[in-house]
Amino acid sequence: MDLFLDALVWLLSPEQYTGEGSLPQRTLEHLSYTASATVLAALFALPIGYFIGHTGKGGTWIVAMTGAARALPSFGLILLLVLLLGVSQRVTASLIALVLLGIPPLMAGAYSGMQQIPRSTIDAARAQGMTEWQIVWRVEVPVSLPLVLGGLRGAVLQIVATATLVAYVGLGGLGYDIIQGIPLRRFDQTIGTALVIVVVALALDAMLALATRVATPRGVRQGRLDDVRARESGSRSAPVATVASSPEKEITQQRKNT
Amino acid sequence: MTMRKKMTGLAGLALTAGLIMSGCAADTGSDEPIVVGSQGYYSNEIIAEIYAQALEGAGFEVERQFQIGQRDAYLPELESGAVDLFPEYTGNLLQYYSPETTATQADEVYAELAGALPEGLIALDMSPATDQDSYNVTAEFATANSLVSIADLAGLDGLVLGGNPELEERPYGPAGLLETYGVTVGFDATGDVTVDALLDGLITLANVYSGDPRIAEFGLVTLADPEGLFLASNVVPIASSEIADAVAEIINPISAALTPEGLVALNLQSTKDQMSAADIAAEWLAANGF
Amino acid sequence: MDWLANNWALVGALSLDHARISVIPIVVGFLISLPLGWLAQRFPITRGFVLGGVGVLYTIPSLALFMLLPPLLGISVLSELNVIIALTVYAVAIMVRTVADAFASIEPSALRSATAVGYAEWGRFFAVELPLAGPVLLAGLRVVAVSTVSMVTVGALVGIQSLGYLFTDGFQRRIVPEVMTGVVMTFLVALVFDAVLVVLGRIIMPWSLVGHTPQRGGA
Repeated sequence: MDLFLDALVWLLSPEQYTGEGSLPQRTLEHLSYTASATVLAALFALPIGYFIGHTGKGGTWIVAMTGAARALPSFGLILLLVLLLGVSQRVTASLIALVLLGIPPLMAGAYSGMQQIPRSTIDAARAQGMTEWQIVWRVEVPVSLPLVLGGLRGAVLQIVATATLVAYVGLGGLGYDIIQGIPLRRFDQTIGTALVIVVVALALDAMLALATRVATPRGVRQGRLDDVRARESGSRSAPVATVASSPEKEITQQRKNT
Repeated sequence: MTMRKKMTGLAGLALTAGLIMSGCAADTGSDEPIVVGSQGYYSNEIIAEIYAQALEGAGFEVERQFQIGQRDAYLPELESGAVDLFPEYTGNLLQYYSPETTATQADEVYAELAGALPEGLIALDMSPATDQDSYNVTAEFATANSLVSIADLAGLDGLVLGGNPELEERPYGPAGLLETYGVTVGFDATGDVTVDALLDGLITLANVYSGDPRIAEFGLVTLADPEGLFLASNVVPIASSEIADAVAEIINPISAALTPEGLVALNLQSTKDQMSAADIAAEWLAANGF
Repeated sequence: MDWLANNWALVGALSLDHARISVIPIVVGFLISLPLGWLAQRFPITRGFVLGGVGVLYTIPSLALFMLLPPLLGISVLSELNVIIALTVYAVAIMVRTVADAFASIEPSALRSATAVGYAEWGRFFAVELPLAGPVLLAGLRVVAVSTVSMVTVGALVGIQSLGYLFTDGFQRRIVPEVMTGVVMTFLVALVFDAVLVVLGRIIMPWSLVGHTPQRGGA
């Protein structure tokens, strides 16, 4: 427990908050890497996921891709890309690796979000006279929003965690103080920074969980959709864990709202 | 009930398999073979491999535990006797045990190190070969600013120093540069891509190990260090006292035969020719009559 | 690919090390999460607490966990044990939710029928609940296995020998094929683990091959 006390002392000392390499600076760097990678991943993944979900073709491909992406070691990917693109491109290389990490959960979220909308809802919209585009924007997107946000939550989680590793190739972020602290044997620094990372990750996750709850249309939140889905699918033993974003969300996406 | 049996059987099998494998993992080697370790640094691994093959050639049984990582990881192993022999560097190791040391010359450092080592560890003869931190600039930059020693950097602005992240906090890092030479630098933690960063212009001053073949390959200029900012750091085998006498006869001649240029050449074989440590070591031992 | 041709033995040895380090978190993680997950769905009061707890654990980035476990457990940062325990924590974090949902997804009528036929609590668990939850458990276990194999590589930052060594050593020596080999081999080892689990699943649960994935409501 001494070590935790040392870490707290380190965290509270004013040095960490001033000058080059301060905690606030590292946190901002970390958040900016996370944000850029997430946005870029979403720009690519959401349209494709929506398209595949809407047309219903290519679902198995998404499942396979999500599984495959999980098997790729992100640390190795970062190093490989920096080697290939050159050190002056290290920011780009790292971003590419982070974006690649974020694409599968987002794509799977968009896909399963679309998929779980019952045919009857779409048919009803069509019966009301909505055009294809209207159906997409006024029905499918809002109803799929909770699952898409679930995918976003999974993507952000992966990216935030992996962004701790980019310090190894000379970038900033919160991982920097850990990677520096290990050889220096400054355990107050490594533990203190680890605590900050945990707080940041938890805060982001909580915000996105809240956003998911808030964005769920009232009707969906009441769980009607869940019943419809269960009736339609018939078999309960579906290998649901292979589809969609972060593992914990995989099941909930197919079952209840978080 | 078949299902239950299958499940229990399988669970038992998996658990046993896991336990057996973890048991294998925990096996740290008996007292019989000499355990040679190395740092998480390819050059250090080559030297360790040379020690290992030389010992094997002399009839010892050797176990290798390479790439153990940083000092924090392997020194406890050395001190506890789990590892018996380890190639180290006098200056850096001395700084680890005595951060306040003022010794800088090679012999001074070696003498102090012998005293600073904990009970149970012995420094064998040191080698003329060095692999120490050194500050380098590109040839163009050196010519453009007439740089010969670190002191010549004093008047320049906008200098950026690159190296491992921990360099930022080392006594010979930015703080030491300012104090000893009056040189102000910004810091960029370029780590393993330091040389590339220097060549690409991302940084102006690079901490490159003196054994790195890329200094010669890219015509980098190593700035002289008249004020002794860096401690001399010669290759030195650290051995546990139990086996020190037994191995000294074999290892000391090897240390004597390893020259600074020789070490650079070994490193070149690893990076440029991409040869494995084992092959490089075998070749060197043969070429030097061991 | 000269590098690869010259270093097969090293790559092989590292792959075996890698597989060895990966097995324990997967097995132990599964065994720990079974009772935890079952508890969470059996006693809904505990559900929020258990799932919330593992949710927090899952959110912790691996590098941070490698730093936080040693002071808590009194082990060395730079030890295999540190990495194995951390990965077990992640395995549990992923798996508990799957287990809870797997057991929760069982038709209550099936459980009632089992009780009616004469099964007592434990007997019913092993003979009815577990087999019915099997396919979902397996799916979750596959996710855990693949994630674990991939995360072992981060152990390179705390000096653990695995395929991650190929990343750092290759990076240091600027040998692209070495880093590439590391990435590809890690990927392959993960696929092997996944395939083994699928095969195991078919052996233990031959009934799951009949009529599984429901047709989606799409197109």
